[in-house]
Amino acid sequence: MKDYLLIYRMDYSAIPQGTAEQMEAMTKRWMDWIAGIAAKGRLTDRGNRLAATGKVIKGNNVVTNGPFTEIKESIGGYSMVNADSYDDAVELAKECPILAVGGNVEVREISLL
Amino acid sequence: MEQQELIPHLFRTEYRKITAVLCKLFGIAHIEVAEDIAGETFLSALETWPYRGIPENPTAWLYSVAKNKAKNHINRSHIFAEKIVKEVQSATPLSEEIVIDLSEKNITDSQLQMLFAICHPAISAEAQIGLALRILCGFGIDEIANALLTNKETISKRLLRAKEKLRQEKVKIEYPGPAEINDRIEPVLTTLYLLFNEGYYSESNDTVLREDLCLEAMRLTHLLIENELTNQPKVNALLSLMCFQSSRFAARKNENGDIILYEDQNESLWNRDLIDRGVYFLNLSAKGTEISKYHLEASIAWWHTIKEDTNEKWESILQLFNHLLQIEYSPVAALNRTYALSKAIGKEAAIAEAEKLQLEHNHFYFTLLGELYKDIDNHKAKQYLQKALSMAKTQTDKQIIKKKIEALINYH
Repeated sequence: MKDYLLIYRMDYSAIPQGTAEQMEAMTKRWMDWIAGIAAKGRLTDRGNRLAATGKVIKGNNVVTNGPFTEIKESIGGYSMVNADSYDDAVELAKECPILAVGGNVEVREISLL
Repeated sequence: MEQQELIPHLFRTEYRKITAVLCKLFGIAHIEVAEDIAGETFLSALETWPYRGIPENPTAWLYSVAKNKAKNHINRSHIFAEKIVKEVQSATPLSEEIVIDLSEKNITDSQLQMLFAICHPAISAEAQIGLALRILCGFGIDEIANALLTNKETISKRLLRAKEKLRQEKVKIEYPGPAEINDRIEPVLTTLYLLFNEGYYSESNDTVLREDLCLEAMRLTHLLIENELTNQPKVNALLSLMCFQSSRFAARKNENGDIILYEDQNESLWNRDLIDRGVYFLNLSAKGTEISKYHLEASIAWWHTIKEDTNEKWESILQLFNHLLQIEYSPVAALNRTYALSKAIGKEAAIAEAEKLQLEHNHFYFTLLGELYKDIDNHKAKQYLQKALSMAKTQTDKQIIKKKIEALINYH
């Protein structure tokens, strides 16, 4: 078993502001999905959501707000799962609720130093 | 109380107090000395009370005999005197005489400090439970063997090895500092939780003994709550869980000792006082920011005190299991979560999830599949239940599965 990072991306500006009920339903879909992975004993780390704003540090001490100005999609959160292979990890990610709302999941194997 | 009842009664309540105080005084290396002195104290009572009559204050009598025996032991044993008295005296340099403090406060402190000492990661969980039952609950070796379904020799050896290990590790009998308390309390809670479960799910035929185990686990948990240092929200959550579980004690077995499943239990046999106490401690647990597994399990147990099946109930239980699994994976939680899913969302969705669980070595997995396939594909349901029956080890589990198979056949 290896660990894989799931990176959730989407265009957050395009999310329609839902009602409280819709938001709750979305949270529930996430919980059911991530707990389904946990129930298989495959969740290494639940991870977290990321705040909407951030900073980017570049060479010469240049700090900008971003990176949202340059690309539309941004990282909204991450989790870590364990899987036998990339195929296996991808299988786990296929039912991620973000896919239904136009987002995507990037799957990356953790390469230990 | 008659004499023949009084001494066993006092043994149950006082032996552990004397032992804990003497252990604390002598140090972990001399647990046996403490146990021997406490044992000899009761032997003296058995020998003298029948002739001289029961003393006016039996407990005070026991304490004073125990104190004398402890002092005699210190004076008599040269090596003991050399090693221990120095340490004890250096701690109290002004007094010539060693003080054996059997005040209520020191008894409680000693018991709690022993609890921390016993729940040491150097010894196995089962040894921790055995030692807790012996030292902190005053159980006899045969009672422990009966409760844990093994024999006296195994328990004696297990306890001996555990004491040796604690000696080697030079475990101190003291309260952890405020900075460590959060980490150190975890193994203590685990042991209390296991001790409770040992009583609750024991296969032992001795109902009184099983209930005693649960009550002892609750008593020790309550000791933690009464102490300011250890009165943490998660300790209250654990006690709340224990109250909810034990509220069903009378309802979960029939007069033959057969298990009665939750769905078939007579609600009027549920103990309302214990449910109320569970709610009380659950409210107290709702402080701070940490949501421990005990919080989640207590909340799940609370929902089970409401018999009626509603969507809100099962949706809430599902979300609690979702959260629990993210904190700590266990096959039991994974299976229970899938059951809750079937109740909240439907059997088809639950079957799809169940088949991905990969728990083919667990007979509960096949029991669950049998349950889920009922009314959807009864042939499959029966096959799964028979598979579960062939894998089940304990009588209780076999009995439950047989009942389910019978129900399936009779129903159709």
